[in-house]
Amino acid sequence: MKEMVCIVCPKGCHMKVERNQEEWIVTGNSCNRGKLYAIEEQRNPSRVVPTTVAVSHGMHPRLPVKTARPIPKQLIRRAMEEISKVEVDAPIEQGQVIIENLLGTGVDVVASRRMNRV
Amino acid sequence: MRKVIHYELVVIGGGPGGLAAAVEARESGVKSIAVIERDTELGGILQQCIHNGFGLTEFKEELTGPEYAERFIRELERGGIDVMLNTMVMELHHDRRLVVTSAEKGITEIHAGAVILAMGCRERTRGAIAIPGTRPAGVMTAGTAQRYINVEGYRVGERVVILGSGDIGLIMARRLTLEGAKVLAVAEVMPFSGGLMRNIVQCLEDYEIPLLLSHTVTDIIGRDRVEGVVLQQVDEKLNPIPGTEKRYECDTLLLSVGLIPENELSRMAGIQIDPMTRGPRVNEQMETSVPGIFACGNVVHVHDLVDFVTEESRCAGRAAAQKVLAKAEVADPPKIEIQTIAGTGIGYVMPQRITQAGAADRVTLMMRVKKVYKGAEISVSADDREILRKPFGHLAPGEMVRLDLSSGLVPSGSRTIGIEVIEKQ
Amino acid sequence: MSTYDVAIVGAGVIGTTIARELMHYDLKVVLLEKGDDVAVGTTKANSAIVHAGYDAPSHTLKGQLNVLGNAMYDALSEELDVPFKRIGSLVIARDASETATLEQLLENGKRLHIPGLEIIDGARAHEMEPHLSGKAVAALYAPSAGITEPWEVAVAACENAMDNGAELKLGFEVLTIDQTAESFTLNAAEESVKAKWVINAAGVYADQIYRMVAGERETFKITPRRGQYYLLDKEAGGFVNHVVFPCPGPMGKGVLIAPTAHGNVIIGPDSQNLSESDKEATETTSDRLAYVKASAASLMDDIPFHLNITTFAGLRGEPEGDDFIIEASAEVERFINVAGIKSPGLSAAPAIAVRVAETIKALMPSIKTNPAFNPIRRPRIRLAEMTAEERDAQIEKDPRFGHMICRCEMITEGEIVDAIHRNAGGRTLNGIKRRARPGAGRCQGGFCGPRVMEILARELSCDVTDIRQEGKESVILTGKMGKGGRS
Repeated sequence: MKEMVCIVCPKGCHMKVERNQEEWIVTGNSCNRGKLYAIEEQRNPSRVVPTTVAVSHGMHPRLPVKTARPIPKQLIRRAMEEISKVEVDAPIEQGQVIIENLLGTGVDVVASRRMNRV
Repeated sequence: MRKVIHYELVVIGGGPGGLAAAVEARESGVKSIAVIERDTELGGILQQCIHNGFGLTEFKEELTGPEYAERFIRELERGGIDVMLNTMVMELHHDRRLVVTSAEKGITEIHAGAVILAMGCRERTRGAIAIPGTRPAGVMTAGTAQRYINVEGYRVGERVVILGSGDIGLIMARRLTLEGAKVLAVAEVMPFSGGLMRNIVQCLEDYEIPLLLSHTVTDIIGRDRVEGVVLQQVDEKLNPIPGTEKRYECDTLLLSVGLIPENELSRMAGIQIDPMTRGPRVNEQMETSVPGIFACGNVVHVHDLVDFVTEESRCAGRAAAQKVLAKAEVADPPKIEIQTIAGTGIGYVMPQRITQAGAADRVTLMMRVKKVYKGAEISVSADDREILRKPFGHLAPGEMVRLDLSSGLVPSGSRTIGIEVIEKQ
Repeated sequence: MSTYDVAIVGAGVIGTTIARELMHYDLKVVLLEKGDDVAVGTTKANSAIVHAGYDAPSHTLKGQLNVLGNAMYDALSEELDVPFKRIGSLVIARDASETATLEQLLENGKRLHIPGLEIIDGARAHEMEPHLSGKAVAALYAPSAGITEPWEVAVAACENAMDNGAELKLGFEVLTIDQTAESFTLNAAEESVKAKWVINAAGVYADQIYRMVAGERETFKITPRRGQYYLLDKEAGGFVNHVVFPCPGPMGKGVLIAPTAHGNVIIGPDSQNLSESDKEATETTSDRLAYVKASAASLMDDIPFHLNITTFAGLRGEPEGDDFIIEASAEVERFINVAGIKSPGLSAAPAIAVRVAETIKALMPSIKTNPAFNPIRRPRIRLAEMTAEERDAQIEKDPRFGHMICRCEMITEGEIVDAIHRNAGGRTLNGIKRRARPGAGRCQGGFCGPRVMEILARELSCDVTDIRQEGKESVILTGKMGKGGRS
């Protein structure tokens, strides 16, 4: 059994999650979204990773990027290492793919702002 | 010869508040608008908030700060709004005259039909909370660190203690950890965090960073660079408890100890400031005590969600547009207004005053409670007669409360609206 | 090895004003400073008051030089373009015994011919200072007291001395001094200089410096005495109009409340003797800050402590005999001690400088004057103090004066660049703050810090990560992230 605080809304329900063979049993939640969150946190906790990469010829030296979708939590460290190796050249459009299929997750790393060339 | 230019509307500040207000004013029909921004680009603090989590209400998706800003910058670029970058407003007068300076254009005087203040806020510093100890390098506000790291690409330290569990502090704890620094602890003087629960989970618990509630920094050690800090537990009166001192060996102390609306210009223009919010006293149209000068976003009161800034700023944009387009004589005759009053358990209420016309319509009140309540009710009274009571499962100072007063709820002729927290017995 | 006529050890307000004074003569002068900037010891953290001079007994050097120095400040401020406002001071008496003390101070002040000194009643005192505690029954009013910024005086004096030919060596910590019949060799870790004369203006370290030449002889001791302060935001400006003191006690003049030359409010100091070896203990402590707060609260009501922007502590060098030590050493020829310059050292500084120059002149009658000496420092450009027309003209000449870097204090890039490139220019974040004030305001550099760092790096042709806050190890950034950090 795992105790957790729900972060779906500011209410902050204290939930308990238990696995009963194939089924997840959630208690303490006050809505279905909380239940889904609780189960997902047990089955496959994942997060969007926002960070920056080096960019040349931009107005700033760093370009903010993010994983286009959440990636498994345990891959965050390796993702950071992988992303830190990249250097791009301005101009960059917001949403432009910076790394395709990060670590084989099927998730791209995309630019989260535009960076004009200066 | 002094350069003088005219605009129907001048918006001071190109952050989320200023952008939303300017766009909304244009949509409402204002033809000549200028946005004045001191930085080299628009977007304000959102450009350094590279984390996701913005825009759930406004766009129904999770955006990063730069993405959120980008949506409004694109809107702005559709035309009709002049943007003055690298430009600082040096003077603002009650007659809506501004003096601005830039390297490119020198000194310019601007006469505006209406002004919207959207200067945002600044961070409280070490001095504001008078932390004793030496004064070495390595003590920095979380937002300054955020800029160094996310925009400029520098490291600010390797072993870090963070004081204050506001959202910026929590976000920076994760950011520093991801960049390879060791965050030893986040200390919070209050018995509860000032940040959003999702940030506590995703920024601290994910990375096993301890959150020390009822703790503060009572000494800073190190002559040139921080060598350590002493954390100490505090009692209910927030006084350090002797014997609980614990030294942490670190090279950096980040401060996330609150934000203060930036109102130098408002004061210069003679605008009344609310001592609780430290921002201008506004009515439901976001108009300050000086007719024709409006305000929105963190310059009015510190928000926790940018979506609410956007909403409030649109309101200011619409109201300013109305004023400009009606070509109304700006010096309105004094109206009888309803004062809002923060009662028991309420830190502040915004707007501070409501026009009779506004009260007849729907009004949204925004407020902060003073402490954490598990299960309580918020009661709203007009001239001491209760008109609304609403239960809340959870109330915390870190989470702004919004209450809608539907049209007709406030009896006409009311003079005050009082709000208080009623704890369950 | 470079050879000089005079080496001055210590570039605080005393060392720098002496250097400037000596440039009236045909002398080759070097200032040796162990810090990475001038004015980083006692000078950077004190009350910033130019006292009227009634406190110290009329027969002491403190008493005499204070009054002389005070009278010199108008010209000094004019010549060096440093702030000085003669706002007057009040010593508050809260009962009959304190009123008796005021009488004694008045008597002493009269002996020293302090202009305009008078005892006023409580009503008038309250009129002059509306926030004065109701307990105030009388006050000693000294219209000649003033406020300045001590580090600006030191920086400006150093710059002017250098404009007139003096040299400054920063990071030069004198570790040993060798003497011959003709000269001294002052040795730092990696460099030495030779000088015929040495002036010891080393502040709290003056006893250590003297011991380097005094050998086995008995020497004076300097005890660091620490004082802690609050500095309130300009929003609190106007809360107090004069320098307001309580009645003095055995540990000094007590916790004062005063406006600063730039419009803030300063409150402090307490007075705490440290051990002789604690010469760097400038940390603040919660108990002492609480004491300062409580003391001030007994002097004035409703002090807006919530507008505090910083707290700090400074050390002053307390000599055993309680008076300034300003004399050619009786034992070591051509060695002049200027030690134990505690309060009113800042007030007395210009007079001390003249006295030291005269001491040298008396011992070296062949000394020639320097006809080229120019006492005027090139004025600083302060955009915030200009009219709109002046601003426009200045920005047209140099657009960097239109680029506002510090919102709180209204400081432009042009002013910062100027502060870097003058003689005795600033090379650290604090150094720039002392000279041009970005970061001295309510946000304490939160907004302008990164921008000032960039300007410093660009102007000094170094990396931003090399920029320090103050001392050698005070790096602000610990490196760059992965690839491509800004360089």
